[in-house]
Amino acid sequence: MVNLTIDNKKIEAEAGQCILDAARENGIVIPTLCSHESLEPTGSCRLCVVEAKQGKRTRIVTSCLYPVAEGLVVDTKSERVMNVRRLVLQLLLARCPESEQLKEMAAEMGVAAEPRFTPDKDNVKCILCRMCVQTCEKIVGVSAIGFSYRGTQKNVCTPFQEDSLTCIGCGACAYVCPTGHIEMETTGDTRTIWGRTFKMKTCKVCGRYFAPEDQLAYISSKTGVPADNLAVCISCR
Amino acid sequence: MMSKIKSFDELKSVQERLKAGRDPKKPCITVCVGTGCLAYGTQKLVDSFREELAKRDLTGRIDFRTSGCHGFCERGPMVVISPEKVFYQRVGLMDAGEIIDKTVLKGEIIDRLLYVDPQTGEKYVHEDDVPFYKKQTRLVFGLNSKVDPQSMEDYLAIGGYSALGKALTTMKPEEIIQEVIKANLRGRGGGGFPAGWKWDETRKAKGEPKYIVCNADEGDPGAYMDRSLTEGNPHLVLEGMIIGAYAIGSSQGYIYVRNEYPLAVKNIHIAMRQAREAGLLGENILGTGFSFDLKINRGGGAFVCGESSALFASLEGRAGEPRAKYIHATDKGLYDKPTNLNNVETWANVPFIIERGADWYASIGTAGSKGTKIFSLVGKINNTGLVEVPMGTTLREIVFDIGGGIPEGRKFKAIQTGGPSGGCIPEKYLDMRVDFDELTKIGSMMGSGGMIVMDERNCMVDMARYFTNFLVSESCGKCVPCREGIRRMRDILVDITEGKGREEDVDLLEKMASSIVDGSLCALGSSAPNPVLSTIRYFRDEYMAHIKEKRCPAGVCKDLITYSVDPEKCTGCTLCAKVCPTGAASGERKKVHAIDPTKCTKCGACRESCKFEAIIVR
Repeated sequence: MVNLTIDNKKIEAEAGQCILDAARENGIVIPTLCSHESLEPTGSCRLCVVEAKQGKRTRIVTSCLYPVAEGLVVDTKSERVMNVRRLVLQLLLARCPESEQLKEMAAEMGVAAEPRFTPDKDNVKCILCRMCVQTCEKIVGVSAIGFSYRGTQKNVCTPFQEDSLTCIGCGACAYVCPTGHIEMETTGDTRTIWGRTFKMKTCKVCGRYFAPEDQLAYISSKTGVPADNLAVCISCR
Repeated sequence: MMSKIKSFDELKSVQERLKAGRDPKKPCITVCVGTGCLAYGTQKLVDSFREELAKRDLTGRIDFRTSGCHGFCERGPMVVISPEKVFYQRVGLMDAGEIIDKTVLKGEIIDRLLYVDPQTGEKYVHEDDVPFYKKQTRLVFGLNSKVDPQSMEDYLAIGGYSALGKALTTMKPEEIIQEVIKANLRGRGGGGFPAGWKWDETRKAKGEPKYIVCNADEGDPGAYMDRSLTEGNPHLVLEGMIIGAYAIGSSQGYIYVRNEYPLAVKNIHIAMRQAREAGLLGENILGTGFSFDLKINRGGGAFVCGESSALFASLEGRAGEPRAKYIHATDKGLYDKPTNLNNVETWANVPFIIERGADWYASIGTAGSKGTKIFSLVGKINNTGLVEVPMGTTLREIVFDIGGGIPEGRKFKAIQTGGPSGGCIPEKYLDMRVDFDELTKIGSMMGSGGMIVMDERNCMVDMARYFTNFLVSESCGKCVPCREGIRRMRDILVDITEGKGREEDVDLLEKMASSIVDGSLCALGSSAPNPVLSTIRYFRDEYMAHIKEKRCPAGVCKDLITYSVDPEKCTGCTLCAKVCPTGAASGERKKVHAIDPTKCTKCGACRESCKFEAIIVR
């Protein structure tokens, strides 16, 4: 265990833990947009930055990645920190003016849009937090989506923006997306996501459509559980 | 093909044999085939020399060598005739025969091929007297002109691989590291981190295997010193790396080189093959039991891959994106193993430290920065080229004594050091001694050693816009402040150059800059605001002229300028009318010309062509 201070509060944390987790366990809120308990932190949104002082050295660090250390003094709301967060939110608001989630977050933090940034007009809500791509690769294990291009052109898509043959229509990407950018529509016996339409399977017990056939086939092949045994929805299991 | 050299003693005798086989008094024609000279068409000159020598039955009686870049790229194609070291520049592709007949055979000097100092008008015969070379200390780079980059015999004949032999047979790894620490060799790639400490951390780190990597992904606009070293003297880089590998305890190394440097890739490949054949790379090097091998990896053209963690990602076959470096690469770098990354120039310095000792090395330079540094001197400068000087040389010496000053008698305005994310340094700091710490103090950085000189006709706002735009296109896009923030800064800069700037823009730029510095994930983002910050710091009045008066003092920003003719100075020579691509400039011979603003595209061709400074830009 290591002893550190976060926002003047003395805290004991497990060695190897990151500042963000230690803070959360102690009821200290640090805003994030790209952090999820099931995913490895990537430090891409930069909202969770904090000011960390170790000895004489003070610097801005990413709390989702920076490990706690004995004697570390952390300020999660210093002026420098708030300046970074304000800019990040203003930049994201300008990138995704349609996103309700961002507007709410900005309102909560008292951040107003920067009038000098002309809002982007391509109507995307994607903030490139990477959670969908990570989920598809690490949790689902199919890597149906990824990034194309770099920098300002960077976007999340299926390879070559064609229908992905590896996508199983599970919708985990849409579920994890913090801004509702990924569109998924499930109506009756079909689900459409990333431009592909999947056929849904009915539950053997209640008769409701509950999962894409491709997803069940994938789970069956991965786990060795016969497909027939998977044909029951969660509520009826 | 060379047979395997099995011991240091055998290496020494091979070197002696090669040295003895070379008569220092025998005439030798050396032609620079660095990329700059090759671009002038030098390959034709090389072929012509070989043909002309054969025609005269002189092949073998007169030595002929192609060598790597000599650095004076402004003056290529270049030929040096030894032993007198007669220096010919801007050599014509048909001049080979004449040079052989007159200079090599009769000792006559061909006047028209001599270098003339544009400032003094003085002519120079010998290479060493040319001011561009005379004031340099060409420790690392100087060997380029002494070896054919594709000949290991050349490198061995000048004592190459002696440092490796000495290190492997007489020094313990720890002793080598101590020597490098004592020499205070600092990373030449940009960070300036002490190389010896990094070596030490990697050596002590837990985990096997340990990797060493050479960063040859030089991507700064206008910078090409690492290119010229890898192309021109690849064995020197290899020797440095093999010594480093032995000191660190690494058996596998990588050279990450830009795919845009085909000649560097080729020459390194050749050098590696030769070194393996000679038993200097691979299993049981020099019979000492130490084994180390290298692989070349070609980069895919991303500036960000010069950043260590992005470079490793790229080497591993993933997208070149950086990660936070709270755990050092020396602990977890390439494939999560302890990794030591240094750039080309850093590795190339190592053999000198081992061969001549840390004390000697540390006697060159300033208190905090030792040795020499190669700078790539480009922009508005008479002597464009690669310059190697001791750390602590003043900017004035580099720009005026070595660089020969600003062309056409224009006034020096600023010098951008440290690549696109460096800063613009104004005239008042010309007497500053250039080293890692001094440059950082005034808001710029050493970077990898790019130096772009600007004169009174460069607009500093436009410069900031250019470099910021470069960084926008090179941002990997992983983190928000860099991906979104730099492009917003660029947009504001574009507005200012187009006369759409607002009074509060400068404050906003500064505010954004400090948050981007604090908030970015890697050094690309956190140094990206430097060009904006340094130009605001030193040239705020220029920003204000653009914003408040809608005026570009340097006459660059097209939306803010008009071209006209000064009737007092115009002689009616008609040259402007001839070069004008749109017919905007016109007039009768020997009468004052005029420029029609409705047709003028502000391309500047008239201004460049006018010999009487009669074109006014306001």
